[in-house]
Amino acid sequence: MCKRFGGKPAVADLDLEVPAGVCFGLLGPNGAGKTTALKMIYGSALPSAGRVLVFGMDVAREPRAVRRRLGVTLQENALIEALSPRDNLRVFGRYHLMSEPAIEQRIGELLEFLELRSHADLPVQALSGGFQRRLSIALSLLNRPELLILDEPTTGLDPAVRLSLWERLRALRAGGATILLTTHYMDEAERLCDDLAIVAHGKVVARGAPRELIASLLAPQALELELPAARHGALLNNLHSLRHAASGDRLTLYAKDAAALLDAVRRAESADAAELVSVRPTNLEDVFLALTGAHLSDGD
Amino acid sequence: MRASLPYALAVWRRNFALYQRTWKLNILPNFFEPVLYLLAMGVGVGAYITEMGGTSYIAFLAPGLVAVAAMNGASFEVTYNAFVRMNFEKTYESMLTTPIQPEDVLAGEILWATTRATLYGGCFLLIAMLWGLVTPLHALLALPITPLAGLLFAAIGIAFSLRIPSIDLFSFYFTLFLMPLFLFSDVFFPLEERLQGAWIYVAEALPLLHPVRLMRSAFQGTWSPVLLWDLAYVLALSALLLAIAARVTRRRLMA
Ligand SMILES: Nc1ncnc2c1ncn2[C@@H]1O[C@H](COP(=O)(O)OP(=O)(O)OP(=O)(O)O)[C@@H](O)[C@H]1O
Ligand SMILES: [Mg+2]
Repeated sequence: MCKRFGGKPAVADLDLEVPAGVCFGLLGPNGAGKTTALKMIYGSALPSAGRVLVFGMDVAREPRAVRRRLGVTLQENALIEALSPRDNLRVFGRYHLMSEPAIEQRIGELLEFLELRSHADLPVQALSGGFQRRLSIALSLLNRPELLILDEPTTGLDPAVRLSLWERLRALRAGGATILLTTHYMDEAERLCDDLAIVAHGKVVARGAPRELIASLLAPQALELELPAARHGALLNNLHSLRHAASGDRLTLYAKDAAALLDAVRRAESADAAELVSVRPTNLEDVFLALTGAHLSDGD
Repeated sequence: MRASLPYALAVWRRNFALYQRTWKLNILPNFFEPVLYLLAMGVGVGAYITEMGGTSYIAFLAPGLVAVAAMNGASFEVTYNAFVRMNFEKTYESMLTTPIQPEDVLAGEILWATTRATLYGGCFLLIAMLWGLVTPLHALLALPITPLAGLLFAAIGIAFSLRIPSIDLFSFYFTLFLMPLFLFSDVFFPLEERLQGAWIYVAEALPLLHPVRLMRSAFQGTWSPVLLWDLAYVLALSALLLAIAARVTRRRLMA
């Protein structure tokens, strides 16, 4: 699919197939087109070209039938501030034409599931950002969706709440739901997603399971150094230009064998001012920055 | 796509749920406003006017003000309130994550604005009745005219709201459109007695004129064939504007 706003492409030729039952991550820098892509998937934006099939149906043709079976957490909360979480859930349940007893029962379950019960009857405007976010997620679960679309669900959540939300999402997936999420937290994507796509400028630039992506794109170990940026070039020359990333004075080198690389760095004259920050396994953030960051340069 | 009544009612119920929270505060001004108008205009100004349109000035004034109350009740909902829901509170964006379609949102909002108009006009009508300006029987006859006036101004307002880029433009709508209607639509004086020649027919284009005439006839329990024209005008213009709004709403609510 393809989406242009006034001639400017927000999503350009995005071609994706996501199997049912997985947790799929859509990653990409700000403005990459993630939110726009999600909107086309649940049918609140129409593609400028191409089409989207959800549950085998063309969402532009059968939006009601598709949206009955999915749930969406928007990037920005859209709650009724003057009403309580319970009332927000009631209103939303009616959007799905659920019966009143079914709504009440489901509200009970969701207040439990997202640990909202203690705040269920306060006006939303009195809740902290984290509670509001959890309420937004609860709204998207009211109709027991087969497909759950979450646009940056954990933004603004504290680490403990985030961990517990990951647990909940795993439970939903175990129950058969398909999850499609965007996030700017690479650790989250790495731990939660079975499969992911990295998009930049509206195109998929990488696709695969987090571990596979890392293994296929970068060496398994990363060495982080602090060294004045002016001297990065000399050191890289000494090391025969291996794959690296730089951001300010921070230089990250990628290698199969970090111990051997560390020896080489220590022997290099140009590195006498270098301070070792860490030796660690290469992670998804390295891959993300390598694919989308401005500071990337490629060794030979 | 065509609107579906159950989904439109879900949209209506969203607004109603919010109104239920605050109705006690919201409804009070609806009672004060008529009292203030009737005191200042009816009793105050009316003291200097022996009769207008064959009745006391206050009795002339009351039906027009009921229609104006309905107009205002509907207008605020479909202008400022709908604009905020659309652009700032992202209410419609969140509705469009459910099976609700843009046309359902439109239908629900129009129903709601019509409801507010009926509440608003109904309060005024009640005060007028308690004041002795209309008999209970004639008030009952007048009541269904408030949703008609509400529907008309909901349709006009939403057609405007869906087209404008900025909330600031509503001040034009209120001061350059609704305000002149309020002043020149038979509410304060019989317009046709002040007009000559072809202007009498030109004035028939004013939307508020028709609900006011219907309302006044209901208050007085009189009948004339021109009321059929008034009714036809209200229904036809509402239908036309809603058809236009229905075309725009999908483009406006969906990216
Ligand atoms: N309604 C719109 N009108 C015009 N341009 C838009 C509209 N919505 C999005 N865009 C543009 O499309 C591009 C992609 O935006 P989008 O919100 O999809 O990015 P994103 O990947 O979700 O970014 P973020 O990580 O910041 O949420 C941006 O350049 C944005 O300015
Ligand atoms: Mg986004």
